[in-house]
Amino acid sequence: MKYIDEYRDGTLARSIAATIAAEAAIDRRYRFMEFCGGHTHAISRYGLEDLLPANVTMVHGPGCPVCVLPVGRIDDAIRLAMRPEVTLCTYADLLRVPASGGTSLLKAKAAGADIRMITSPLDAVLMAEAEPAREVVFLAIGFETTTPSTALSIDLAHKKRLGNFSVFCNHVLTPPAIRAILDTAHLPPDERVQIDGFIGPAHVSTVIGTEPYRALCAQFAKPVVVAGFEPLDVLQAILMLVRQMNAGHYRVENQYIRAVTATGNRLAQSAMTEVFAMRDTFEWRGLGQLPHSALRLSDAFAAFDAERRFCVVPVAAADNPACECADVLRGLKKPADCKLFGTTCSPEAPMGSCMVSPEGACAAHWTYGRFRDRIPARAAA
Amino acid sequence: MTAPRLRRRKLDIKTGLVDLSHGAGGRASAQLVDDIFRPAFDNALLDLGNDQAAFDVAAGRMVMSTDGHVIWPLFFPGGDIGSLSVHGTINDLAMAGAQPLHLAASYILEEGFPLADLQRIAISMGRAARAAGVAIVTGDTKVVERGKADGLFITTTGIGVVPPGIVISGDRARPGDRVIASGSIGDHGVAVMSRRANLGFETEIVSDSAALNGLVAAMVGAVGAGLRVMRDPTRGGLAATLNEIARQSRCGFHIHESALVVRPDVAAACELLGLDPLNVANEGKLVAIVDPAAADRLLAAMQAHPLGREASIIGTVTEDDQGFVQMTTAFGGDRIVDWLTGEQLPRIC
Repeated sequence: MKYIDEYRDGTLARSIAATIAAEAAIDRRYRFMEFCGGHTHAISRYGLEDLLPANVTMVHGPGCPVCVLPVGRIDDAIRLAMRPEVTLCTYADLLRVPASGGTSLLKAKAAGADIRMITSPLDAVLMAEAEPAREVVFLAIGFETTTPSTALSIDLAHKKRLGNFSVFCNHVLTPPAIRAILDTAHLPPDERVQIDGFIGPAHVSTVIGTEPYRALCAQFAKPVVVAGFEPLDVLQAILMLVRQMNAGHYRVENQYIRAVTATGNRLAQSAMTEVFAMRDTFEWRGLGQLPHSALRLSDAFAAFDAERRFCVVPVAAADNPACECADVLRGLKKPADCKLFGTTCSPEAPMGSCMVSPEGACAAHWTYGRFRDRIPARAAA
Repeated sequence: MTAPRLRRRKLDIKTGLVDLSHGAGGRASAQLVDDIFRPAFDNALLDLGNDQAAFDVAAGRMVMSTDGHVIWPLFFPGGDIGSLSVHGTINDLAMAGAQPLHLAASYILEEGFPLADLQRIAISMGRAARAAGVAIVTGDTKVVERGKADGLFITTTGIGVVPPGIVISGDRARPGDRVIASGSIGDHGVAVMSRRANLGFETEIVSDSAALNGLVAAMVGAVGAGLRVMRDPTRGGLAATLNEIARQSRCGFHIHESALVVRPDVAAACELLGLDPLNVANEGKLVAIVDPAAADRLLAAMQAHPLGREASIIGTVTEDDQGFVQMTTAFGGDRIVDWLTGEQLPRIC
């Protein structure tokens, strides 16, 4: 595949890995968080950790929209879908996410709810147009990457004057989440963040640009390198972070220059601003309530807001108290440190947010990397 | 005086639809069999018109298998539900090293299903069976009301005979054995996906749906008892197949990504959809686990057969009480190749 294979070249990878090993100071630890699930996936799928020296380690961040969606929101969506007049449309990743009481959208569908899998929100608009007797609700989820396409679908429904289309909005924003992870100065020393630098989002940054990370860099004195999702992108970004640390810098650098600019995609940004407004606060699974971290439909588009149309009253739902997702997301613990990991919590029956989607830290480690936790059979014998 | 003979009205295959009478066991049912299935399947045992087929069998071990088919869409690039239902059961039989003999076919038809499509599917089944040297010797047809099924479901059942001295089973892999894949992976799943209405691919990726009994006969002929395990990686793909065998044989695997064959268009489609070709279904490929001493001979025999031209040794069986399927990636790192969680894409076979 042109423009893909070039970024998966094993020989080049070994050469970058050798440079990282040569430049990383032996007496120093380099702990980097990749924010995005896409990066987590690349690291796990290509076995990148095997190519890094022992003192350069990766912490898997919360940048997986399915993982950070609180259970209560899925419960709300199921209640919406159970209404006889409603057709709920959403992306396939959300169907299996466990809700309260052992349910999920998939189980609700089996019980008779009209839940349909789509690959684009525009399909939901066309469905509403084709089936005027149904109330078509699009369960929207995602960071800044998917938000513009939701905005465009609402805009299209508005132009078509569709009275039977609405959006149950769960779009969240990246910079407030990074801030929440880094902002731990008020906590006891052993609970403070253990991260020396960030690999910044790939697709999110194509929309918002690199500029929004500048304030975070300055405030918390951590370097950020925005990187693409291919394995060579990730390795190069790690090298750039090592070099910044060695030089004592904390700047925003852009490894993903083939797709990301400083200011991002203005057209996508204006589509978002037109349709959405900031929520005062929003709950993130694993991180708790974060102020100004999510979007709702703006008042001008209130007619398309499923929360208002169906008077959705949020019901809080708690995670398992033994779940260590919050510490895993802050880099304080590794997935295998959690008592639930691989015992009661697995991708088939996830207990915590990090196990929910293949891009979550625990699910990626379980699916691709758990052989590294193996107790050597011979040594034990 | 003789009773007046009822003039038999021809079945209107061109524009006619299946109705409830076609499944009621009366004259309409018989006509469906006479006008559509008998000409398509064309064999003497079926023509006898009994409710079962009776035949002699050779001495030895027999194998039996059954497979239900609910694929949607019914017609896809490289095949249809008919040819798939023949290949599916033949391959399940062949994976025991058997020579398939006879098939039975059972149909659940939805009221309103076009007879023209039914005929097209029956002809495709007959052609696929003849090409594989197998006869469809008995069958059954039921019709359910509109809305109680999705067009057409087909279940096929088959029997076959295993040559003497051959014992092929999922529990026979041993550490050190070689793993051979017969060709490219992921073609069928992506071909079906490309025909789903809401995924408008322009590419014409063709399903690999094929009967593997010819290839298997060549393999058994080449190495005989050196063959330990064979399986066709259908739903769940190569990843599920290797994990199943690891569990049955209480072993692990170490495979090399660079030895896997993935067609560029399949790789591109998987990239776009976020799928791993290792999890995508195949319908004309097999994985063989073989005594290391016989591996090169087996590989040569496979590569000499049209359905095994791209065969390659993809890895080895390891001693592993946790049953990990480990893969060295083309990038140089290691990872697990795990079962797929949940359903990647429903109704692909």
